[in-house]
Amino acid sequence: MTIDSILLIAVVLASLWTVMTRSLLKAALGLAVTSAVIAVILFRLDSPLAGVFELSVCAGLITAVFISAISLMKPLTHKETLELSKKRIKRYWYLPVLMLIAGFVFLRAAIPTGFKMLPEAAGMDVRNILWEARPLDLFGQIVIVLAGVFGIVILFREAGKKK
Amino acid sequence: MIAVIIMLFIAGLYCILVTRNLMRVVIGLELLTKAVTLLLIAAGYATGRMALAQALVITLIVIEVVVIAVMVGVILSIYRYTGSLDASNIKSLKG
Repeated sequence: MTIDSILLIAVVLASLWTVMTRSLLKAALGLAVTSAVIAVILFRLDSPLAGVFELSVCAGLITAVFISAISLMKPLTHKETLELSKKRIKRYWYLPVLMLIAGFVFLRAAIPTGFKMLPEAAGMDVRNILWEARPLDLFGQIVIVLAGVFGIVILFREAGKKK
Repeated sequence: MIAVIIMLFIAGLYCILVTRNLMRVVIGLELLTKAVTLLLIAAGYATGRMALAQALVITLIVIEVVVIAVMVGVILSIYRYTGSLDASNIKSLKG
């Protein structure tokens, strides 16, 4: 078994654990593990910049956001947890079966290969693509980040006023 | 690789469809985004356009972070208003 196969199996197991675990905190940590393993896969697929972003932003920042949000919420009582766990088993036991069937089907399916490479895009570096070929993407990113910042400011200002 | 991407996609979709917990919906959405990230990079690797794929993934990650941050903010506001994370509690919202 190669390292790539181990990484791909680790992604599937981590995502399954993220969805099926009872605790929200463990689900957030499972998501962080999934992101970290995906970052390693991105490194191995010759895309280090995307891997760094995935590791620092998805495995780091988003997990911090999730954990801080979860810490602001009231934990469930023991009775509520027991009731929820019974329902969860009924709801979620289909998921591993579905994933196994889909994995088996797509492992057997013929995926087309032999794509033609575009000569102008093939020789370019990611920095050239970002700054020269697709500058509008950067503009869009700036606009979206500003929209997110203003959205959060307005959300929490409204909450503060209601108090 | 494609099989793993599809499995990741199914896990995210199942998480969104089955649960009523709003935080788990966000986690499911995040899993769907991870599947798309892997798909973009795999497509870039197959076609030899890694630079373009990486540029798209970086844009995707920035958008993902902003969406998650705003969604978590909205969920916290809903939690303060209703006292629970159950999506069925916000059915009676006006508008």
